[in-house]
Amino acid sequence: MPFIPHTAADVRAMLAAIGVRHTNDLFDEIPEELRARGLEGVPPALSEMEVGRLMSERAARDGRRLNFIGAGAYEHHIPAAVWSIVTRGEFYSAYTPYQAEASQGTLQLLYEYQTMMSALTGLAISNASLYDGASGLAEACLMAVRANRKSTSQRILVPAALNPTYRSVLRGVAGHQHLSFEALPFDPRGGHTVLAGLESYRGQGIAAVVIQQPNFFGTLEDVDAITNWAHENGALLIGVVNPTSLAVLKPPGQWGAKGADVACGEGQPLGVPLSSGGPYFGFMATKSEHVRQMPGRIVGRTVDLDGKPGFTLTLQAREQHIRRSKATSNICTNQGLLVTAATIYLSLLGPRGLAQVAAVSMQRTQELVAALTRIPGVRLAFDGPRFHEAVLLLDRPVGPVLAALAGRGIVGGCDISRHYPALGHALLVCATETRTLDDIETYARALTDVLAAAAAA
Amino acid sequence: MHEKLIFEHSAPGRNAEAQYPQAPAHPAIPAALRRSAPPALPEVSELQAVRHFTRLSQLNFSIDTHFYPLGSCTMKYNPKACNQYAMLPELLGRHPLAPESTGQGLLQCLYELQEMLKEVTGMRGVSLTPMAGAQGEFAGVAMIRAYHQARNDSARNEIIVPDAAHGTNPATAAMCGCIVKEIPSLPSGDIDVEALRGAVGPQTAGIMLTNPSTLGVFERRIGVVAEIVHAAGGLLYYDGANLNAILGKVRPGDMGFDVIHMNLHKTFSTPHGGGGPGSGAVGVGERLLPFMPVPLVGRDGDRYRWLDERDLPQSIGRLSNFMGNTGVLLRAYIYMRMLGRAGMQRVSEFAALNANYLMVKLRDAGFELAYPGRRAGHEFIVTLRREAKEYGTNAMDFAKRLLDFGFHAPTTYFPLLVPECLLIEPTETETKEELDAFVAAMVAIRREAQTEPEKLKGAPWTLPVRRLDDVRAAKQLDLAWTAA
Repeated sequence: MPFIPHTAADVRAMLAAIGVRHTNDLFDEIPEELRARGLEGVPPALSEMEVGRLMSERAARDGRRLNFIGAGAYEHHIPAAVWSIVTRGEFYSAYTPYQAEASQGTLQLLYEYQTMMSALTGLAISNASLYDGASGLAEACLMAVRANRKSTSQRILVPAALNPTYRSVLRGVAGHQHLSFEALPFDPRGGHTVLAGLESYRGQGIAAVVIQQPNFFGTLEDVDAITNWAHENGALLIGVVNPTSLAVLKPPGQWGAKGADVACGEGQPLGVPLSSGGPYFGFMATKSEHVRQMPGRIVGRTVDLDGKPGFTLTLQAREQHIRRSKATSNICTNQGLLVTAATIYLSLLGPRGLAQVAAVSMQRTQELVAALTRIPGVRLAFDGPRFHEAVLLLDRPVGPVLAALAGRGIVGGCDISRHYPALGHALLVCATETRTLDDIETYARALTDVLAAAAAA
Repeated sequence: MHEKLIFEHSAPGRNAEAQYPQAPAHPAIPAALRRSAPPALPEVSELQAVRHFTRLSQLNFSIDTHFYPLGSCTMKYNPKACNQYAMLPELLGRHPLAPESTGQGLLQCLYELQEMLKEVTGMRGVSLTPMAGAQGEFAGVAMIRAYHQARNDSARNEIIVPDAAHGTNPATAAMCGCIVKEIPSLPSGDIDVEALRGAVGPQTAGIMLTNPSTLGVFERRIGVVAEIVHAAGGLLYYDGANLNAILGKVRPGDMGFDVIHMNLHKTFSTPHGGGGPGSGAVGVGERLLPFMPVPLVGRDGDRYRWLDERDLPQSIGRLSNFMGNTGVLLRAYIYMRMLGRAGMQRVSEFAALNANYLMVKLRDAGFELAYPGRRAGHEFIVTLRREAKEYGTNAMDFAKRLLDFGFHAPTTYFPLLVPECLLIEPTETETKEELDAFVAAMVAIRREAQTEPEKLKGAPWTLPVRRLDDVRAAKQLDLAWTAA
């Protein structure tokens, strides 16, 4: 029997000890009319060999393509050591470290992770992770409303240049608690959030301002000015950041005069494969003064009975298994295994490696933009400084162009026209350190052909 | 055994150069936006990192190394094939926003997973997008609210929760903007139906139930509970934490539940990963179909595609940036295909066999059961109140001493209403020998409690650290390392 070790003799002995004749008798408290009949919708079992073949065939059907999409998930090189350690059974098949003495490996690793995220964000406190970047931002908004003692407002300002899916998740996750989200416009030439858009909210009692750096278009925001505006107006500042970029960009803890209050974002770029969307992890860091409002697990260093240092989950009085309906969040798990990957990834890259990944990705994107905007019918949407993504405007609808590129083995970017109709035929592209100059050349040739064919048709 | 922090292995200028690009790059960043000093990340060689994290892994108990009878968590074996075939390079390399034409193999797996989960739960629709059990709960309660609101019945804002419920249930209800009303359990472990009758009314949005409950026993009057709640206009939510106990034997849809979340990391054996990633797929009955969280996988003929807000305009919306924990879903899919139809029912039969056997053996060895007259589902509760009173050794002392005997401790002090409790869930993947060894360890520990109780109170003795000072951890917060 797959994964069940019992011999016929075991079963007989165990049933005899219990005092029943058949395993079915163990379900005798369940009313007869509720018993399930067959499960015709579940196919018969496959052996490991058969399921391996099935999965290999399905994977092969999807194949591998040259990817130029970012839009919240980024293809970076993952050192071989990362997942060879992550999938060790001692990490892979352990549970939440509730028995701290039997979980020191996971706990120490989480403490190291918290230290690394604190270093990257320039904020004192990091939790042990949340589900993903989008739901992490929703948690950050709920946290900011609790933490802002100067304001009882539940209004939060959110840039239109924030990832549009994040905006949907904000409504989906935080909307039930009466938070309202109001959009800040972006500059049509530069692609950055305009400070003048904030001014109309002066004196209106705003709980928090969200800013994404770099924003959804890849454009760099004037984070100092926006942070200062938030603080001058009694609002907390939540920074949504790309962790790779923090090797070269000013960390949220240093934005403006007082620094961001909360930094959060998608941890996937740190050693987690694209895997069609997950599992990823969300990170969150904050100033010391807000630690008791932070959702999610937190690991602390303490001592044991002999005075020896050790690690344990701490500040659990914030959490659902203690506070129940008064908890900071209903979150129970973190994304432990993905955080394990991120911690190993950051250890292998170190400060110089991560800065190289960031710098080379920026450069590749510049080269990609240069190559693609030479093609007739393609121009750059925004002229502001950017990180490793850019919006291109095509002279025709993006969807059919992407479909034609996919037929040539190229995943050419993300069609953002539906989210930003005013931009026209807008295509968000990205090149990380994993794209070579040849890859960029391949894309440029294919796009030239596709657009020429479309123009001729 | 002690392992230094990774930062203490670091030396300025050391690095693992093969792992990152070496090409010179000096892109322009406006001075005001530039980082002035590099982040204080460790600088170590590849071997140092590999050795450090391998050593850390060796400080953990895990299913692969130890019996892990943690009640309510279903710590069953995670088959290696599920990991290997979910990590094929094509599956790992695919961008979530790549065209659907480049993901038909993946989408077919997810579509078939939705169908199989519908079948084993008796529900009409399944959405795979919630990223953990608690997010599945959130989706479930949000759908219940959306249903009432769509019927202009929006005064219904009360969620009824039994006192034995998981902490996530009341926390979720609060997060959905609902008021929580607790009802008591009877001494038999069943819900107090009279209390339920008194609790329902025009304000009732729904009830959240786990069955078998966290007390380890099947709620025998579930039919009556469903009638009372439905008659009052409320809906029934099934917390699937204990689905392993009834898989293939009873279907929540047939019990009258309107919505369910499944912990794929429990019943369908995806890894717990040191506390995540989980996956909290939700299933719904007819009434909640329009409100499911997006995206879902749909099928048009032989093509699969994502269904989004345009297909389900009344959806409660999105819970994640993409489509949930896809890699976890693939592991659950592979596991279900390897079990097949007959394997589903075997899971609950052998989970129940192991739980009832272990329960009877512990009872015969003199331990007190919290619900002695009842069958165990897939877990059961031992109360150590007698040992606490007679020997001064509490459930925590037993738990810590079990670690010295090479067993991960059961869940302690949950559910809250049983004093000095151990919630024990062996799962179907353990041998009789392992269960017998656990009973022998419990007996040996009780003997120690009688003769040398300090052995329990000082435990564990043989692990990397002894018992940790949790009070100090919370008072003198040390949440990140700083160079001395």
